[in-house]
Amino acid sequence: MPKSFFIDTSRCTACRGCQLACKEWNELPPNKTKQTGSHQNPPDLNPNNYKLVRFSEHLENDTVQWYFFPDQCRHCLEPPCKDTIEGYVPGAATQDPETGAVLYTEKTKEVPFEEVRSSCPYDIPRKAADGRLVKCTMCNERVSRGLLPACVKACPTGTMNFGDRDKMLELAKKRLAEVKKTHPKAMLADADSVNVIYLVLDDPKKYHKTVVAQRSDGLSRKQFLAQIFAPIRRPVEGIGQSKS
Amino acid sequence: MTNHWIDIKNADAILIMGSNAAEHHPISFKWVLDAKSRGAVVMHVDPKFSRTSARADFHVPLRSGTDIAFLGGMINYIIEKDKYFKDYVLNYTNASFLVDKGFDFKDGLFSGYDPKTRKYDSTKWAYELDDNKVPKKDPTLKNPRCVFQLMKSHYSRYTLQKVSDITGVSEENLKKVYDNYAATGAADKAGTVLYALGWTQHTVGVQNIRTAAIIQLLLGNVGVAGGGINALRGEPNVQGSTDHALLYHLVPGYMSVPIADWQTLEDYHKANTPASNDSQSANWWQNKPKYFNSLLKAWYGDNATKENGFGYEMLPKIEKGQDYSYLFLFDRMYRGEIKGGFIFGLNPMNSVPNSNKLRKAMDNLDWLVSVDVHNSETSDNWHRPGVDPKKVKTEVFLLPSAHRLEKDGTVTNSGRWHLWHYEAVPPPGEARTFGYMVVELMNRIRQRYKDKPGAFPDPIVKLDWPAKFDAEEMAKKINGYFTQDKKIGDTEYKKGQLVPSFAALQDDGSTSSLNWLYTGSVSEKEGIKAKKRDATQTPMQAAIGLYPNWAWCWPVNRRILYNRASVDLQGKPYNPAKAVIEWDGSKWVGDVPDGGWPPLATGKGKSPFIMTVHGYGQVFGPGRMEGPFPEHYEPVETPVTGHPFSKQLHNPCFKSVTSDMDILAKPADPKYPIVLTTYSVTEHWCGGGETRNVPNLLEAEPQLYVEMSPQLAQEKGIKNGDGVIIESARGKVEAIAMVTVRMRPFKIQGKLVHEIGMPFCFGWTTPGCGDSTNRLTAFVCDPNTTIPEFKACLVNVRKADKLTEIS
Repeated sequence: MPKSFFIDTSRCTACRGCQLACKEWNELPPNKTKQTGSHQNPPDLNPNNYKLVRFSEHLENDTVQWYFFPDQCRHCLEPPCKDTIEGYVPGAATQDPETGAVLYTEKTKEVPFEEVRSSCPYDIPRKAADGRLVKCTMCNERVSRGLLPACVKACPTGTMNFGDRDKMLELAKKRLAEVKKTHPKAMLADADSVNVIYLVLDDPKKYHKTVVAQRSDGLSRKQFLAQIFAPIRRPVEGIGQSKS
Repeated sequence: MTNHWIDIKNADAILIMGSNAAEHHPISFKWVLDAKSRGAVVMHVDPKFSRTSARADFHVPLRSGTDIAFLGGMINYIIEKDKYFKDYVLNYTNASFLVDKGFDFKDGLFSGYDPKTRKYDSTKWAYELDDNKVPKKDPTLKNPRCVFQLMKSHYSRYTLQKVSDITGVSEENLKKVYDNYAATGAADKAGTVLYALGWTQHTVGVQNIRTAAIIQLLLGNVGVAGGGINALRGEPNVQGSTDHALLYHLVPGYMSVPIADWQTLEDYHKANTPASNDSQSANWWQNKPKYFNSLLKAWYGDNATKENGFGYEMLPKIEKGQDYSYLFLFDRMYRGEIKGGFIFGLNPMNSVPNSNKLRKAMDNLDWLVSVDVHNSETSDNWHRPGVDPKKVKTEVFLLPSAHRLEKDGTVTNSGRWHLWHYEAVPPPGEARTFGYMVVELMNRIRQRYKDKPGAFPDPIVKLDWPAKFDAEEMAKKINGYFTQDKKIGDTEYKKGQLVPSFAALQDDGSTSSLNWLYTGSVSEKEGIKAKKRDATQTPMQAAIGLYPNWAWCWPVNRRILYNRASVDLQGKPYNPAKAVIEWDGSKWVGDVPDGGWPPLATGKGKSPFIMTVHGYGQVFGPGRMEGPFPEHYEPVETPVTGHPFSKQLHNPCFKSVTSDMDILAKPADPKYPIVLTTYSVTEHWCGGGETRNVPNLLEAEPQLYVEMSPQLAQEKGIKNGDGVIIESARGKVEAIAMVTVRMRPFKIQGKLVHEIGMPFCFGWTTPGCGDSTNRLTAFVCDPNTTIPEFKACLVNVRKADKLTEIS
C-alpha cells in the first residue's frame, strides 16, 4: 500500500509553514528574492524550493476569493517523468515500492532537463546548479523511519495530511462531501492517478494552471515525445507554456 | 483571553475583528476551522481582505478606527430586536443598577469633563446606593436611570444608516454580521470575539474592547464554552510578562504601583482595597493586602517586617498622574532629559511610532545598553542612513542574549497556560539569558552599595536577591513560600513549604509570593505544574476540549474565567451539551469554578464576576478614562471633519506630546487624504529584528510593500510592483506597490476614501529591504493604556522616480 498526501486547501491559511519546513529539512539554501507585488515568494518552484504555496486572488460579483495552493510533486502512481528519465538513463529515477515516493538520483544529471520537465503534467521538476534534477522527495528518509514528511509535521491547520493511500482517499472523499454542501464546484484533483491528492473548492484553474494534469495520461512514450517536439500541436493550456 | 485556544472550537459564531488571526496566530485557525466544520459561522471584519478573510465565511471591510461605531450599532440592534439573553443580563450584569443623577451625556461628552486638564471626574458616574451602600437595582429594567435604559438610549443613536455612513460598511453587511452574531443570545449558543492589536492600537483602544464586552454580556457569552473576550496575544510570553508587571503603572499581579500620595503601607491598602457590603459579592480584590504583603515579603525577605510595613517604605514611589510609558519616555529623551538606559529584547527604533523622532531622541543618550539576539535598528542607531556615526555621542553596549530555545523557563500563553520550555541547545559564545544578566547586574550593584552605602542603600542591599539565576528556583519563588510555621484552618504548614494556592496567602508576613496569580503553580507534591503534559480528562471536560492536567493555568487552574455565569441560579448549565461547570448537589464538577460557593439560588452563593466590587459584569463601566459607555470618536488623524454621533471629533482624553517633530495632519487634510493602517506579517516577528536574520523567512517576505486597491493605483498611475513613496506629516517611506482587489475603497459620508496597509517589519540593517514604516505613524495614544494609534493615520502616496531604500 503506497502512502499518500491529502492536501485540504479548504483549511489552508497560506502560513507557509510547509514551504519553510521543506527548505529546513532538505537544507536548501535561501534564494535572494524581491517583492514584485505578490505574497507568492519565491515566485515559482526552483531548485531551492521543492514546495511552494501559490496565491491567487479574484474579485467576482463583488466578492473577493483568495486561493492558496501548496504546490509540490504529486508522486504519480505511474510517473511520466520516471518514464522519460529511464528512457535516457536507467536507474536515474526510482519509485519506492513501499511508499510510492518518486525519487531522482545523481544520475539525473545526464538526462535532458527540459524533456523531463515537459513530461511532468504538473510542471514540477527543476534543475539544480550541479545538474541534478530535483523535486519533493516525500521526505522518504523520514517516512521510511515512521515519521511524517516535514511539511505535514509543520502544518497547523490540518491542511496537510499523510498516511496509507486508502486512508487518505477515505478522508479526502469525506471532506469533499462536506465542503460540497457549501462549494458545489469542489473537487479532488486527479485523485486516481496521484499520491498527492488536493481538495480544491472551485475551478482548479483559479488556483493554478497545473492543479490538474495538463495532458491526458496513458500516452505511449513515443507519442509523448512526439508531442514534446511538436509544440504547435499541443493543447492551448499545454505543458510547454508553463515554463517561466 | 477569558477562555483559551482550544475553546474556540466550541463557538457557534466567531467574530474576528481587530485581528488577522490566521496570519498572526496561525495555530488559532486550527480551532477556528474546527468550529467552522461543526457549523459555526466565521466572520472577519477588517479593512483588508487577508488570509483570515479567505478562510472566513465572509469578510466585511471596515474603515480603520470605526470599530465602536460598528459595535455600537450591534448593541442597538441586539436591544431593538430583543436578541439579548434576559436571565443573564438581569442576574449577572449591572444592567439593573441605578445610576446616580450626576451622570449625564451630551453631544459626545459625559458629565465631569474638564477641558483644561482633558480629564474626567469619574465620581460623577457613580451608582445610586441604598442605606447599606449597595447599588440600588430595578429588576424590571424599566427605570430610566437604570444602566439598561441608559445604555439603550445611548446606543439608539447608532442606527444602521449612521453606522454605515461613517464605517463604510454597507447596511446589508452590517445586518449580516449583527444577525449572525446576535443569534448567540440564545441560552445554548455561544459566540466568541477574537481580537488583537487591531483593537488595542487606537486612541479608543480600551473602549473598542469595552464595546465588545458589552455585547458579550448582553448575549450571555462570557463564562461559557466557546465564548469570552479573547485577546490573541502576540509574543509567546506577552501574557506572562504583563502578569509580572511589564507596564510601569503596575506591580506583579495587576496591583497598582506605589505613588507618592501613599507614603505608608496602610495608605496603600486604604486606597487600593475595595469594599462591598453586598453579602452576595465575593469582591475578590478585598484580598489584595494578602497578595501585596506577600509580594513585599518575596522582595525583601527577612528584612520585610511588620514594623517597616514589610519594606513598603523602601520602595520608590511615582508621582500621581505621571506617565512613564514610551510616549513620554521618548519625548523626555528627545528633550535631552534622559542620559542612558537598558533596552531588553526590543527594537523601538523600528516598532514604535514616529521613528524619525525616536531615532533622533536616542542620539541624545550618553550611553545605551541593547540586549538582543541580533544587532538591530536600535543597537546600531548611530550607523543609520544619513547620520555620521562620529557625530553621535552615545556609547552603545550590545549584550548578546540567549534565544528562547537556548534557555529553560516558562511562557504564559494567551489562554493563561503556564508552559515550561527546556534549553534545546546552550547559548552560543558569550550570549547569556536575560535572567542571568539581571541577577548578575543587580548583584554587582548591590556590592557597590555595600562597599559605598551612600544616602539610602536599603532598597537595594536589603533585597532578598539570589546569588545566581535559576529558572526552577525562580518559578518556586513566584509561587511563594511560608516564611514561618502557620496553621490555616486545620492544616499546619511549615516554614519553607510552598504555598498551595492564593487562598492561603496571608497579610501578616507569614507567606511570600512574587505573583499571587501564580500561587499554586508549583506544589510540594507535583513540582512545577507548567511541566505537566497529561491529557486525562473527564467526559464532561472532553466535551469542551478542556485538559486540566496539561500544564497549569492561572488563576488556580481555571481554564474559563467567570464560569459561574455559564450556569443558571440553580447551578444548571445554560448549555448542557457544552457545560463548563455544573452543581451536582454537593459540589461543582467540570472546570475549577470561580469560587466553590454553592449556586446563587441556595442563598449562599456569590455573583459570578468576582473581580468586580459588586460581582456583576459591567455593562456600565465607570473605571475608564473617557466614560462608562464607549462612544465613537475618530482617530486623531482622520479623513473626515465630523461624524454622525456628536460634535466631539476625537477622544476627549487621548494622550499626546507636543515636540516640533510630533506634527499631525488636520482632519480631512487635503495633503494627506489616504488612511494608512499598519500590521505584522506571518513570516516576520514584530519589528523584524529577529526574523530578517533568518534567510528562509526573508526569502518568503523580502521587502517592504504597500497594499492598495486597483482604484487608488489607477488614480495615482501606479502599477503592481512599482516603487512608491508614502508620505505623512512626519516622514516618507519607500515601498513596493502591491495592487490588490483585497483592498477596497470606502464610501464615507458620500465620498470615496482610500485606505492602504503596510507591514512594519522591515528596517535598514537588512540591506535593500526598506526601512521603518513607523516613520509615518503618529505617536498619539489611548488615555487608559498609552498604547499608540498604529492602526490609523493619514498619508499620501505617489509613484517613485527611483528607490534608495529598496534594492
